[in-house]
Amino acid sequence: MVFVGSDGQLIVPTAVKIVIAGGFGTGKTTMVASVSEIPPLRTEELLTEAGVHVDDLAGIEGKDTTTVALDFGRITINTKVVLYLFGTPGQNRFWFMWDELATGAIGAVVLVDTRRLDSSFPSIDFFEHRAIPFIVAVNCFDGSQLYTVDEVRHALDLDEAIPVVLCDARDRESSKSVLVELIQHSMNRLAAV
Amino acid sequence: MTSREDWWYDEAAGPLVRPYAMVRGRTRPNAPDLHLVTQVRASSFASDQTSLTVEHREIMALCARPLSVAEVAAYLDVPLIVVKVLLSDLIERGDVLVQNSSPKIPDRNLLQAVLDGVRGI
Ligand SMILES: Nc1nc2c(ncn2[C@@H]2O[C@H](COP(=O)(O)OP(=O)(O)O)[C@@H](O)[C@H]2O)c(=O)[nH]1
Ligand SMILES: [Mg+2]
Repeated sequence: MVFVGSDGQLIVPTAVKIVIAGGFGTGKTTMVASVSEIPPLRTEELLTEAGVHVDDLAGIEGKDTTTVALDFGRITINTKVVLYLFGTPGQNRFWFMWDELATGAIGAVVLVDTRRLDSSFPSIDFFEHRAIPFIVAVNCFDGSQLYTVDEVRHALDLDEAIPVVLCDARDRESSKSVLVELIQHSMNRLAAV
Repeated sequence: MTSREDWWYDEAAGPLVRPYAMVRGRTRPNAPDLHLVTQVRASSFASDQTSLTVEHREIMALCARPLSVAEVAAYLDVPLIVVKVLLSDLIERGDVLVQNSSPKIPDRNLLQAVLDGVRGI
């Protein structure tokens, strides 16, 4: 929806988002940087020391707090639509942040490193359980592409309907085609329901 | 309520002093629907800014073009919760306009536009 002011002026564009998930060091920030029109930005949420999300500053003064950082980039689609790409914070903690990221998202790219496939299991579980469209992108670190797409699919126990693609997260064209694959997958999912 | 004066000058609060000082004792945003990607923009009919804090004015300058809440927080270099409180102030004054809806899953037309856009970059 486009909001138009009383003077007929466009007020704000519609914002959409894509989540870039996966284990630590799988290339999430690298992928965001390679397609973003601005250098990746970083924003922080406050947490109590116990890891609880702070949504009210009352009562926490003087207490120890910590932060969880999010990297994100931006692609201006046109004057009416802007796309944000969010790298997920660490798995296993911060799930509240993942929920906020996933709400209303087009879908997610789960990056995997075949040297440590298991490091992306929690991401895959997260999106599977919430029925959020996702694809798996195998980040081909130099010379480390040890497995075929089918072997990766099998090792990750992925449904046939989930696309698995190879990519180089440092390469803009490669990252672009990963996003294209995800958006098409989301459109197919939409058509299927 | 009496404690407010105390923590205001409390060095022991450490890194939280600055965020607290910025929000001037208000602790939660009044505009509940501010999400990461919610778009905000300064009104072209903004009121007199002399009573605003430096941070509020910084936001007004940043939002001369539409930005997401997350971008405003990143450029201002303050935690999201703090920028949400500051934005709420400006929204209440009518100085900042906001897209008032929670994030919805995009429909087919929107997805097609995003697909075309990404292919075109
Ligand atoms: N050789 C190679 N290095 C990569 C690739 N993608 C990321 N890296 C490097 O791997 C490290 C981790 O990447 P980063 O994007 O920070 O991972 P994140 O933790 O998922 O955000 C960085 O030093 C990157 O430069 C890739 O495709 N090939
Ligand atoms: Mg990272």
